Amino acid sequence: MPGMTNAVVVEGLVKRFGATTALDGVGFTVAEGTVLGLLGPNGAGKTTVVRILSTLMRADAGRAEVAGLDVVRQAGEVRASIGLTGQYAAVDEYLTGSENLEMVGQLYRLGKRESRARAGQLLERFELTDAARRPAKTYSGGMRRRLDIAASLIARPRVLFLDEPTTGLDPRSRLGMWEFIADLVQDGTTILLTTQYLEEADRLADRMVVIDRGQVIARGTADELKAQVGGERLELTVATVEQLVLAAEALRPLAQAEMRRDEQTRRLSMPVSGGTETLAEALHRLSATSVQVLDIGLRRPDLDDVFLTLTGHAAEDAAPPTDPADPVEPSLPVGTGAPR
Amino acid sequence: MSTVAQTISDSVTITRRNLIKVKRVPDLIVFATLSPIMFVLLFRYVFGGAIQVPGDVPYAEFLLPGIFAQTVVLGSTVTGASIAEDLQKGLIDRFRSLPMSRSAVLIGRTVADLGLNVISIVVMALTGLVVGWRIRSSVPEAAAGFLVLLLLAFSISWLMALVGLLVRTPEVVNNASFMVLFPLTFIANTFVPLESFPPVLRTFAEWNPVSAVVQAARNLFGNTLPGAPVPDAWSLQHPVLYTVLWTALILVVFVPLSVRAYQRTSTR
Repeated sequence: MPGMTNAVVVEGLVKRFGATTALDGVGFTVAEGTVLGLLGPNGAGKTTVVRILSTLMRADAGRAEVAGLDVVRQAGEVRASIGLTGQYAAVDEYLTGSENLEMVGQLYRLGKRESRARAGQLLERFELTDAARRPAKTYSGGMRRRLDIAASLIARPRVLFLDEPTTGLDPRSRLGMWEFIADLVQDGTTILLTTQYLEEADRLADRMVVIDRGQVIARGTADELKAQVGGERLELTVATVEQLVLAAEALRPLAQAEMRRDEQTRRLSMPVSGGTETLAEALHRLSATSVQVLDIGLRRPDLDDVFLTLTGHAAEDAAPPTDPADPVEPSLPVGTGAPR
Repeated sequence: MSTVAQTISDSVTITRRNLIKVKRVPDLIVFATLSPIMFVLLFRYVFGGAIQVPGDVPYAEFLLPGIFAQTVVLGSTVTGASIAEDLQKGLIDRFRSLPMSRSAVLIGRTVADLGLNVISIVVMALTGLVVGWRIRSSVPEAAAGFLVLLLLAFSISWLMALVGLLVRTPEVVNNASFMVLFPLTFIANTFVPLESFPPVLRTFAEWNPVSAVVQAARNLFGNTLPGAPVPDAWSLQHPVLYTVLWTALILVVFVPLSVRAYQRTSTR
């Protein structure tokens, strides 16, 4: 029954690091041949989920199956059925592109000839053929990521884990990476993709699970999530903080829900409906005041909006204040299972 | 494929990967051999004249087995730094997510580092021959001499693998192990006879496995004179046995500990 079976089943995963709870009962499924976007800010527990599913770490409670295999009791078989691309491009800098891929192929027990053939195919597919004989040390960040993904695909895994595949890439490399991932989906690979960017999940994922502080706070398709979040938003930047107050008063009737006001950036943001007509109406109302508008526009919801709506705090606030760039879950604040 | 065959095949793959790095970064091997050559020359020509060796053994013959031991012991620290580096770069995570043998990464690492030590010892032996060191025993005895040196170093590689997995920062692994191992190779009969040591230090040095392996190598290369005084300590009267016991002990303790640590570690 294609489309009916689940390639990944996760139930009630709990993981603690000392006194902090990184995962607090996470559960979801990924249907065979589909892409699940696992969304959340830094420290939400995304990477911990991926580590447990790829057998790198054991959960304290709960259960997970990948490709129909239990990740603890059948860890060896799970490893033979998955590909993992972590947050860091895990390629050997001193090996060439093709040496990297052939090594991984052999460790997947493909045999020498098959490893070489697959390496050749993947290098071509990821546009690395010209660099195939150069040590990976000489590769750009985007090339390393591509080589890393190629390595995780060498044994044609049934389930592929991509942990923030575009974090740290420049916009152009990011777009390129999206195209490569979209191609994989065409092949029917089941993919679990973690990302901080709603746009990325929107583009690549069939369904999404949003986690925050170790708990699932929303799930559904992109449209369903956006419906929860609300539709488009009107955003504008004004010249002074005083004008921010004036603008907020003038536009209050247009706002469908609470406005967001940021005095530092002098930016006002509110959910609206009615598209460009509302934009015209807003401009008309503002022209009746002394407000000097520096920038105004309609924006589709992003992960920030999802978080603000669902949790009451913006995505970047959820990261531990000590080191927001650090993807380490253990540094989560205590008592993460806060009631909603 | 049986588990053993899989482990061997994966270990060969990883060993090859590690040796490719040696080939691509020749500085590694250059520095691994330059410093022992420097030590040979410094001790032979700077301190050599001032150091009295029991019996009438030429200092070069006394010195070289000591330099061999020091070099391979310090050379085995590379294992810890390399494992920490792989951990930092996410490679250990990748290997742990593959359906490969659970010990192959460590076997491949320690075997490759053994290979590096073999290269170092060859370079030093050639340098030694130039400055007056001679092998005065039979070929099998001389081979056994090199073997005990390399085996002890191999076991220390496994200890260093655990250090690398736990400490996780290559620079810290390097500095910390140097702080421990460098004195360990000096508080021994490596460069000077034990008779000159103060009593407490002398007892420590007599039971130091580095002294034993040096003594074993001297005996097996024929770098001791028949008339030389018999050492007081049991460890130095039976240096080959004592060294082999240490090697076995280190392997029995640290192979399982390192493999266990490998299976539980992950990039942070």
